[in-house]
Amino acid sequence: MSTPYAKLPAWADYGLIPLINLFVAFVVAGFVVVLVGENPFRAAIILVEGAFGKGTGIAFTLFYATTFIFTGLSVAVAAHCGLFNIGTEGQAYIAGLGIAVVCLSFDSTLPWWLTFPLAIVAAAVVGALWALIPAYLQAKRGSHIVITTIMFNFIAASIMVYLLVGPLKPAASQAPQTRNFLAGAELPKLNWIIELFGAKIRSAPLNVTFLLALAMAFLVWLLIWRTKLGYEMRTYGHSPKAARYAGISETRIIITAMMISGALAGMMALNPVMGDQHNVAIDFVSGAGFVGIAVALMGRLHPVGIVLAAILFGMLYQGGAELAFEMPAISRDMIVIIQGLVILFAGALEHMFRPYIQALFASLSPRSVGMEAVKGKGA
Amino acid sequence: MDVFNAIVQTLDSTIRLSVPLLLACLAGLYSERAGIFDIGLEGKMLVGAFAGAAAASVFHSAFLGLGMAILISVAFAMIHGFASITHRGNQIVSGVAINFIAAGSTIILGQAWFQQGGRTPALQPGERFEAITLPGADAIREVPILGPIYAELLSGHSILVYLAFLMVPFTWWVLFRTRFGLRLRAVGENPAAVDTAGISVAWLRYRALICTGMLTGIAGAYLSMVQNGGFVKDMTAGKGYIALAALIFAKWKPVNAMFACLLFGFLDALSIRLQGSPLPIIGKVPVQFMQALPYILTVILLAGFIGKAIPPRAGGVPYVKER
Repeated sequence: MSTPYAKLPAWADYGLIPLINLFVAFVVAGFVVVLVGENPFRAAIILVEGAFGKGTGIAFTLFYATTFIFTGLSVAVAAHCGLFNIGTEGQAYIAGLGIAVVCLSFDSTLPWWLTFPLAIVAAAVVGALWALIPAYLQAKRGSHIVITTIMFNFIAASIMVYLLVGPLKPAASQAPQTRNFLAGAELPKLNWIIELFGAKIRSAPLNVTFLLALAMAFLVWLLIWRTKLGYEMRTYGHSPKAARYAGISETRIIITAMMISGALAGMMALNPVMGDQHNVAIDFVSGAGFVGIAVALMGRLHPVGIVLAAILFGMLYQGGAELAFEMPAISRDMIVIIQGLVILFAGALEHMFRPYIQALFASLSPRSVGMEAVKGKGA
Repeated sequence: MDVFNAIVQTLDSTIRLSVPLLLACLAGLYSERAGIFDIGLEGKMLVGAFAGAAAASVFHSAFLGLGMAILISVAFAMIHGFASITHRGNQIVSGVAINFIAAGSTIILGQAWFQQGGRTPALQPGERFEAITLPGADAIREVPILGPIYAELLSGHSILVYLAFLMVPFTWWVLFRTRFGLRLRAVGENPAAVDTAGISVAWLRYRALICTGMLTGIAGAYLSMVQNGGFVKDMTAGKGYIALAALIFAKWKPVNAMFACLLFGFLDALSIRLQGSPLPIIGKVPVQFMQALPYILTVILLAGFIGKAIPPRAGGVPYVKER
């Protein structure tokens, strides 16, 4: 069978098409703003100003971006192996449990730079273990990973609600959350970096987890494109048959990929829990796992793209809060629509504009799309 | 007698709670049997619920509300079709997108149009579907055992409840006794064979999705116009996913789907009824455990410990004609 689409130059493939898809998603979102009776251009200006206008805004944008880098990487690692990990949400949520155990045990005795590595390990291990069961079921019993990870999201939510209204809640408190962590489990802020550039920051939760996120983005790049394991994962993702023929163990590769994905999802919990709220509360993930799907798709599964897409979504979250303040008709739920539209146009409809762009490129310069070569093969 | 009454009441709320699951589950049955995975059931139910309650309250008519619920829900199903059939996009990605667009737009539009914090105005009598009293229900209410069963359990539901349960044999008949059903099942197993027979795979799958949209629309209308007197944000609360679980539990068969939905509805009814009161023998069961039970059961089933769930073979694979 011929490949469905002829090749485009790399810059068009990785730059132009995602930008067009993104543009269309925002145009449709603009129509929703019009439907609500507001001016979409003014909304866009408020949004961008809210996100980047002041130092505090930038710090908040990067704080949200940190969360989305982790979940985006998590979805991307699984996707490279051909697995759709829709359970990022649940893996991050349950990882809060690991962090809670570490922080509640050591926050009075250890300094933050000892608690932090322990919490990283705990979050990663718990997240990975929560992904292990669906991975095992997919590899060994052929149950569809999408369905099992959805189910595991709900199971994780039930477990966390049970623990946070019961065993983990301090007896004197009414709020369904753990007690507040002491100084030993509070991560230092990174706001001084932005202040170096002369901006003023009142209080923003940007913290060292941001650096961890960037490091993880680099490690994921290393893993996927520079190691044997990454090569095997991509092979399996591209063609399970070819992978089997090459002697790659299906079970091993599925389980490894999903556990790495789960570990990355788990680390996401560090950012809000240790960097901002300093406790584990009900629903602290609040949809970040699902944002990861949009981020990964928009970043075309590449860490650089994911970091950029995460910053864009961080901008939407921060600017969206400002927007809700300025235009009461547009609450933060507008972001959910934009998120959905991005997933639709950058994900499910990613090839919609490709034929037209191909035709355009072909008319401008037939060589750039390899017209002769394709014709020669009789496609 | 108290125990008996308690049982009748629990079963009665089982029926009420199963209906949205059943409608959504049958909706999923049409699309998945045609080879289109649909995790957007949740979102389509949500837009159905919103459109139904909004239209009913604006036009003061329950039936116009139901019609609007179906219309909007089908429109969303068509977006799913456009992405996953016409453009051969990833069906799961498309379903996720629909869920998000539904969750966001119902709140934004609801707030913009009605200014009640994402709710629609409370529905007045005549704008919602009222309970129907079956003939003779009041006459035999006093008869022991049979009376309460007939008057409480079977009678006194809205028309959509009876419609939902009638959809079960109807769906069975459509899928297994009509030409359309045979082709629909064939396109989910082996679309190439259907194509070879000169039948359009895309059109067949679109028609399956229209059925899906209609049923999720009714399910949504039931939530906002029967169970609740108006739309509340996120009112589907994961029911679309439970319906998906029920569909797998039912092994993609209509009659099994009804029993699976009744089981999950029963678990829900039981967890509301027990609310922390201890059970004999087992002791106190956390509410959260009861709520998670449908998901746990589905995972166990998927793991192959309760029979084997084999999905339609072409499910999730976009059909590409050989070129």
